[in-house]
Amino acid sequence: MKEKKVYGLTALFDTPDRIIDAVKKISSDGYKKFDVHTPYPLHGMDGAMKLKPSKLGYITLVFGLSGALFALLFMFWAMSIDYPMVIGGKPFFALPAFIPITFELTVLLATLSTVIGMLTFFFSFPSNNHPLIGSDYMRSVSADKFGISIEAEDEKFDDIQIRALFSKLGTIQIEEIYYPDTETFPMFQKKFILFLLVIAILTGGTTYFVLNKLLFMQPFNWMMTQDKLIPQERSEFFSDGFGMRVPVDGTVARGFLPYEFKGEVNPASFLSNPILLTKKSILFGQQKFLTFCSPCHGNFGDGDSRLRGQFPNPPTLHSNRVKEMPDGQIFHIINNGQNIMPSYSSQTTVEERWAIVNYIRVLQRAKNATQSDLEEIKKESAANGK
Amino acid sequence: MANRVLEYQKKDLPQNMSKLGWALFAIGALAGVAAFYVDNTRAAYNYLIAYMFIMSVGVGSLFLIALEYVAGADWSVPFRRLMEFFAALVPLMFILIIPLLFNLNELFPWMNKKLVEGDAILTGKAPYLNSTFFIIRVFGILLLWTLFFYLFTRNSMNQDSTKDQKFTKRNIIISAIFIPVFAITLTMSSVDWMMSLEPHWFSTIFGVYYFSGTMLAALATLTLAVIFLNEKGYFGKLLIPDHLYSLGALQFVFINFWGYIAFSQYLLIWYADLPEETVWFLHRWSGSWAFVSIFLIIVHFVVPYSILLSQPAKMDAKRLKIASIWILFAHILDLYWLIMPNMNEGKSGGAVFGWIEIAFPVALVGLILVVFNIRARNKNIIPVGDPKIERGLNFRL
Ligand code: HEC
Repeated sequence: MKEKKVYGLTALFDTPDRIIDAVKKISSDGYKKFDVHTPYPLHGMDGAMKLKPSKLGYITLVFGLSGALFALLFMFWAMSIDYPMVIGGKPFFALPAFIPITFELTVLLATLSTVIGMLTFFFSFPSNNHPLIGSDYMRSVSADKFGISIEAEDEKFDDIQIRALFSKLGTIQIEEIYYPDTETFPMFQKKFILFLLVIAILTGGTTYFVLNKLLFMQPFNWMMTQDKLIPQERSEFFSDGFGMRVPVDGTVARGFLPYEFKGEVNPASFLSNPILLTKKSILFGQQKFLTFCSPCHGNFGDGDSRLRGQFPNPPTLHSNRVKEMPDGQIFHIINNGQNIMPSYSSQTTVEERWAIVNYIRVLQRAKNATQSDLEEIKKESAANGK
Repeated sequence: MANRVLEYQKKDLPQNMSKLGWALFAIGALAGVAAFYVDNTRAAYNYLIAYMFIMSVGVGSLFLIALEYVAGADWSVPFRRLMEFFAALVPLMFILIIPLLFNLNELFPWMNKKLVEGDAILTGKAPYLNSTFFIIRVFGILLLWTLFFYLFTRNSMNQDSTKDQKFTKRNIIISAIFIPVFAITLTMSSVDWMMSLEPHWFSTIFGVYYFSGTMLAALATLTLAVIFLNEKGYFGKLLIPDHLYSLGALQFVFINFWGYIAFSQYLLIWYADLPEETVWFLHRWSGSWAFVSIFLIIVHFVVPYSILLSQPAKMDAKRLKIASIWILFAHILDLYWLIMPNMNEGKSGGAVFGWIEIAFPVALVGLILVVFNIRARNKNIIPVGDPKIERGLNFRL
């Protein structure tokens, strides 16, 4: 069997006082490569071991400062140079608003660099193995004992002398530690990686399940989903499964009173214009006339629209026939249509139809203005200062 | 480590310390009285600064005592007696308040009935901000603090001779009661004495802001006393850098805390930009006050932060002394910045500074020295009967 290489000698002690005294003796005897393991931190251990202050602080300082600088410069570039935006009326370089983020980034880089620096420079990452791991010594010091280990690499290392020293200091157990036969990286073991993977899936899955299924609450979605049936949708409520229903017989929709005289030729005597000739109703009628009637009858009712020639010519509305028609007759034509002119009852409401009738009357009057009409218009224009 | 005999011997404080204290106090007080004749309003404002400083050190020390008990700290046990001496400023405030009582109308606009009647906001605040309730609050709070001061020191003193652990237990219970009481009363005091100087303005973080200064003032005074007495060998055996480190670390913490709170207050008001809130900062940005405001950031945060950042600095008596004196100055400047701009409110003119502004701090330092000396007479400098005193003296980081 191959001779095993010695890592060092370890000794266990019972009380914190004993170990502090022992460490003081060992460090003053000139041993350099030794380490102490205790179940909890002991006040005064650093001094007893004659440890120099750690250099780790410098890494923290450098990275903390660069975090601050990076955050400030980046926000300055983003908010003041690349995409300046006025936010809350503040200047583009709004220093007070940048400070919380600068602070966060300082702390973030400082802590991360401390941990990563510690792992790489002091714990020789990625190796996370150590000859002491798995020994009885390590088991004891992680429970209730206090231990010292002196490495064989120390210049003053001498097996017999150290054993004598340890027992003089009152140790309760001495153990010799060897290097393992082959250097292993427990970190890269399949078992460990598998373990990490399972943990990742488990925590990820549990988090997803808890947050998205177990505790999930519908956020306010601006009424995107409602308790209603959209057209063509299937309904569980009705036995035939149709969501769209035929209205009950005799249902009248708001604003769509059925026209009583459908199909009749001349019901004019029953119909009288309920709308007063006001400026407002005339303008309203003009708007509706231009929308619905002008494509065929022309903008001023002359029967000269762009449809001319492509369609049996629509007649003028300034004929004596139309001029002499009672209001009800025109209303009836809009409702009912006449020969090839279709009915406009589904596009227009009752009020709109009457307003159109009024507007036609206005057009007719305008085409046949009298002298007194002209004078009145002149007077009005003068009063308006034109 | 147990069973080491305490090698402490009672020694009287040096004579010249008390003399210096009396001399400073006499000069400052005389100048202060003169100031009241020369410019009553300005003197009243300066007196308020001094009064708030005394409050910081007195009640702050009381709070540090309570903190030691509830946290079960070992390292500060050897200094607890010093905090008890400083806390003696609290009962003294019953006397110190008198000049303020005569000048309440000078200081607080809301005491003016006519002004309040014509002002909807002040009328709304009147149930709290009125003279009667103010006086009740102020004296009620002083009484409460004095009561706790009496209980703490009596138990601690009794322990010196009896060495009975039950006094520690009692003080722990009293501390647990005192801490919430302290939180509420200190907030009320800061609102009553300083925030109400500008009665339209309000800031919910104001009490915490004053608290951060309070802690700094109490810690800095304590550190100075510890370093001074340690150099002269008053602690029996020498304290080691580990003790100083703990004091320095606490100072560093509260420097950061002050910066954090001060900035929080500023950021929220700056961002919301509401006229009723920004007015307070605008008063501190008009004229030469802008320089004082910037100076305050440097004096109260940047400089002490830099001094105390490294570990060796917190362990070095000399640097810690400088930091402590600096922090005391910073606290006075902070109070000056909080209180003085209200004197010129509405009128033109920036920061005022002259002999009046120097007189009161001089009297203040003298007074603290004198009170400390009188309290320390014939008493042990360290609480020899405390069960944790040995561990405290042998404290290692
Ligand atoms: C699609 C083109 C078209 C549109 C749009 C149209 N009409 Fe007609 N309109 C006609 C035609 C064509 C006739 C002639 C029907 C016939 O041969 O009797 C007619 C006839 C009429 C008559 C009867 C004229 C007469 O001399 O007998 C009136 C009144 C009338 N339309 C009014 C309207 C009104 C009001 C509108 C707007 C609501 C309108 N029309 C919209 C094509 C149209």
